[in-house]
Amino acid sequence: MSLDQPQLDTSPAVSDEVRKTTCYMCACRCGINVHMKDGKVAYIEGNKDHPVNQGVLCAKGSAGIMQHNAPSRLRAPLKRVGERGSGEFEEISWEEALTMATDWLKPIREQNPEKLAFFTGRDQSQSFTGFWAQGFGTPNFAAHGGFCSVNMAAAGIYTMGGAFWEFGQPDWDHTKLFMLFGVAEDHDSNPIKMGIGKIKERGARMIGVNPIRTGYNAVADDWVGITPGTDGLFILAMVHCLMKAGKVDLEYLARFTNASVLINEDPKSEQFGLFLRDKDGQPQVIDRNTGKLAPWNGKGVEPDLAGTHRAKGVTHRPVFHQMADRYLSDEYAPEAVADRCGIPAQRIRALAADLARVAFDEAIELDRPWTDFRGKKHDKMVGRPVSFHAMRGISAHSNGFQTCRALHVLQIILGSVEVPGGMRFKPPYPKPATAHPKPHGKVTPGAALDGPHLGYTQGPEDLLLHDDGSPKRIDKAYTWENPMSAHGLMHMVISNAHAGVPYKIDTLFMYMANMSWNSSMNTGGVTKMLTDKDENGDYVIPHIIYSDAYSSEMVAYADLIFPDTTYLERHDCISLLDRPICEADGVADAIRWPVVEPDRDVRGFQSVLCDLGARLGMPGFVNEDGSQKYQDYADYITNHIRRPGVGPLAGFRNEDGSGKGRGDVNPNQIQNYIDNGGFWLEHVPENASYYKPFSMDYQDWAVKMGFYDAVQPYIFQLYVEPLRKFQAAAEGIGERQPPEHLRERLKVTMDPLPIWYGALEDDQVDLDEYPVHALTQRPMAMYHSWGTQNAWLRQIHGHNPLYVPTKIWEANGFAEGDWAKVSSAHGSIVVPVAHQASLNANTVWTWNAIGKRKGAWALDEGATEATKGFLLNHLIHELLPPKGDGLRWANSDPVTGQAAWFDLRVKIEKSAVPNEAQPAMPAIKSPVGKGPSELDWKVGK
Amino acid sequence: MTQLPPLSAKKLGLVIDLDTCVGCHACVVSCKGWNTENYGAPLSDQQAYGANPSGTFLNRVHSFEVQPEQGEAQLIHFPKSCLHCEDAPCVTVCPTGASYKRTEDGIVLVNESDCIGCGLCAWACPYGARELDAKEGVMKKCTLCVDRIYNENLPEEDRQPACVRTCPAGARHFGDLGDENSDVSQLVAERGGFDLMPEQGTKPVNKYLPPRPKDEMPEFDVLAPYLEPVAQDGKGFVGWLDKALSAMPGGAK
Repeated sequence: MSLDQPQLDTSPAVSDEVRKTTCYMCACRCGINVHMKDGKVAYIEGNKDHPVNQGVLCAKGSAGIMQHNAPSRLRAPLKRVGERGSGEFEEISWEEALTMATDWLKPIREQNPEKLAFFTGRDQSQSFTGFWAQGFGTPNFAAHGGFCSVNMAAAGIYTMGGAFWEFGQPDWDHTKLFMLFGVAEDHDSNPIKMGIGKIKERGARMIGVNPIRTGYNAVADDWVGITPGTDGLFILAMVHCLMKAGKVDLEYLARFTNASVLINEDPKSEQFGLFLRDKDGQPQVIDRNTGKLAPWNGKGVEPDLAGTHRAKGVTHRPVFHQMADRYLSDEYAPEAVADRCGIPAQRIRALAADLARVAFDEAIELDRPWTDFRGKKHDKMVGRPVSFHAMRGISAHSNGFQTCRALHVLQIILGSVEVPGGMRFKPPYPKPATAHPKPHGKVTPGAALDGPHLGYTQGPEDLLLHDDGSPKRIDKAYTWENPMSAHGLMHMVISNAHAGVPYKIDTLFMYMANMSWNSSMNTGGVTKMLTDKDENGDYVIPHIIYSDAYSSEMVAYADLIFPDTTYLERHDCISLLDRPICEADGVADAIRWPVVEPDRDVRGFQSVLCDLGARLGMPGFVNEDGSQKYQDYADYITNHIRRPGVGPLAGFRNEDGSGKGRGDVNPNQIQNYIDNGGFWLEHVPENASYYKPFSMDYQDWAVKMGFYDAVQPYIFQLYVEPLRKFQAAAEGIGERQPPEHLRERLKVTMDPLPIWYGALEDDQVDLDEYPVHALTQRPMAMYHSWGTQNAWLRQIHGHNPLYVPTKIWEANGFAEGDWAKVSSAHGSIVVPVAHQASLNANTVWTWNAIGKRKGAWALDEGATEATKGFLLNHLIHELLPPKGDGLRWANSDPVTGQAAWFDLRVKIEKSAVPNEAQPAMPAIKSPVGKGPSELDWKVGK
Repeated sequence: MTQLPPLSAKKLGLVIDLDTCVGCHACVVSCKGWNTENYGAPLSDQQAYGANPSGTFLNRVHSFEVQPEQGEAQLIHFPKSCLHCEDAPCVTVCPTGASYKRTEDGIVLVNESDCIGCGLCAWACPYGARELDAKEGVMKKCTLCVDRIYNENLPEEDRQPACVRTCPAGARHFGDLGDENSDVSQLVAERGGFDLMPEQGTKPVNKYLPPRPKDEMPEFDVLAPYLEPVAQDGKGFVGWLDKALSAMPGGAK
């Protein structure tokens, strides 16, 4: 040892204690170890035992200490004392706050429950908040799915009983070719990075299909820089190539999909386009054993893909014949789509051929016997090792639902869903649309709603319409404008409430939804709607209650603020009844618990709802004697029973903690979770690990675990009959008819087999004037603003240039440091630009929600987020440009109502350098002051 | 001036896989968290909520584009921290002996109580891997988590640098690059691991694994047999289907 080398303690104490809970820095919900020193949070790392992240943790999670201690944390309930939008508040007591809310809400509940619109943003407790809204009796409840990714979720559920992320994942351990579509750097965060690491380690390949080559696409072996909004066309061209070459898994299609189900092909029949059904209502196939009709699920039946059936003068052909007719058409030939997609025809063919090569030449087999629902025993599991993942990039378009459907059809014809090497569902999924509830909207003053708000419509009879055809919901979900709006339309609530269409409301109650900033299209317009007054000088939206943990832009626009806790100060359950965290090989749920107690006068929002629900005397929230049923959210988590034996948490049920999935209430359940590291995990039996929808081994286990109460095997719906029912109505069939102005659109968009059509905005916008596509992505190191602007993370992403491809960069003569005016049909912004070569030649993009409004988030008014950061939201309207018919056409997918963020078209021109990004909205007064100038955050000094 | 000790047999360091790094900054922030709470002075932040925030980081990820002569541009994510050089100019330049290279494992450290914050070492480092903490006035650098890797208060599996433990994509590897049989040395040998800026003569211990070639999917000609048409339209397809089905097991009707 050198004389100069100091003595060093290489085994210092790490912490006094490790408390294990669940991260909330994004929607990934990883397990975290919170190291405590002197009762304070000292360091956060990933929990190695946790099924989601297995020890790793992203930049956001590791910066949780800065979120938890942020200067922007709200400190006490607030009552607005200035004009809306001014930020003038007075701190009040919880009693005063809850009394105020009760005084507003009680008369509404007793007279017109629909006058409350309760929307909960990035809520991770929707099974609870939905239960609360149901007890209140308003039909107006949803979370943020409508402006996020409902196309993905709904297309997946209707097609195959689940989509990606919370529903399913690639078989990272076996896949040989992974194709990633769209902007997906945040959903789901760590598991995708871990999966990419795994496939790279094994030497498997990855293809990125994305206009932007960053993040995951930067490490993809091949990059397909597709034109935004054309993914569906590209996918259907690959379907064309594969079908034309017979590179489809016939055995899989025949047995496990409705490719073999017979369809009525008589245009004169009321049943045209519907399945041939037996007297029990079961869709019919031709059994290859007998050549005769048989129900799809009959014992020993071998469905025939080719057999047709003619009876009473009507021809019935299997779905697969219709698919051949459609997709073999030259309309879907690579040459026909290449220019539009921005991908050469030969490249499309090569990609299709590569999928075929890997799926069929590199098939894998696992020696695991299993039994299917027809009683057939299989001695092994055959895998097609190609896998896919997609998220908002393909779904946030007005053709997103059909595009997501197209992707699932591609997966299915390759035989690569729920097989080794393909895509795998995560229990409690798969679950077909028919096993989900239908939407409910029947209002009875003073009483609960007739059932859960959100669900899956099976036909026109399930729409939430009054007898006069007007919408029951404020967001017009489940109407002819968007018949399958499974997550509601949060982005339309304020706009519709302001317009009084379909009706006016009294109170807007929101949680974790930054609607006056990045969570709304048309940010400036929405802030005006929130502050507009009527001829009497009263606010058009009379009352606004908002709950947030931080001083977000939305706080200033509310009349009453319920300050929430940070994620380390609260109870939560990551429930199977909600958006679960399971893995393909295991069912899991988890909790958050207060690893530190709040040092402010704040309360967990869900606990506040328990109190408010009791004050309002709502069913489910009061005991028989009228007293408060759940003292707080922890009490609800432990004691609430949803169905016999099933509660919010599936683990450690029964008094002794022995119950798995089903069981009685366990008063020590939360402590059992804490002792187990904050989560519960039960592995899927090995012979049930694949083929879950078709496997009796899985179905029996699923019933045992309480996912559902009777086995419900099903087959994948290449042809979605409920879509046909809506389409048929548009053709004039049936009692419940759409309004005339929507007929033509419904005929096109409600196609029961996937189709592609151009973005709806393209029909309303001059594409010569606005030729450029504009997108956003979320950075991996920063989520959107449901937390604060984090002191560490803002040093990584403190402002956001508009990234411009080489062609546009050169055409405008841009140089480093330049600014540009970017305009859409709706508005314009002036923002800094930066060059990016690895980008689709006709696309610009920026990071989402880095831009902040002055005065928010306890930031200095000169913060780069406010001076150089910006939102694209100013360019996007919640309505399409007027068509001159006086109607309000939503900028949404016509099937699900998903906000079509990525349909945006712009033009771009060089601008003089302004003082700051435009539009610069005036500063709002901060209710929490400003953060400290210097940090040296060491707890254990 | 400070002398370098004789070379240690054990050369602890990192191997960073540029083929796998997705540029997520997990390592950056995990490092910030651990080293703010642990070894020496905390890593401070100035204007933390102000106009021009800046702070001390021991590890940063840089991203840059590469435009090949043919084909699409590529984006490379490049994490950078101290490379624990064998011939470390930051050590020899130190006027007080505060900078030193450990004899037992080759880790380069700063003894903060002897550091006068003169900044010579940061100037001497060709990699820009050292940062002077603006609040404490001492030089900060990657310690290879010397307070983790031997720490008996941590479970054995956690005795690795914070950045390696947290990396979601598994792009960071830690081990003894002085042992040619170690996992990290094997990885370097298999994947053609390289030194950063070898012309500087610093002999870095850390190694980088190069990105695999990109956009090299075979042209369609090679793959064409996989798409040999069986039919030209729906009708032809149904004809093919009949034949294909009858050829399948139990298919003869």
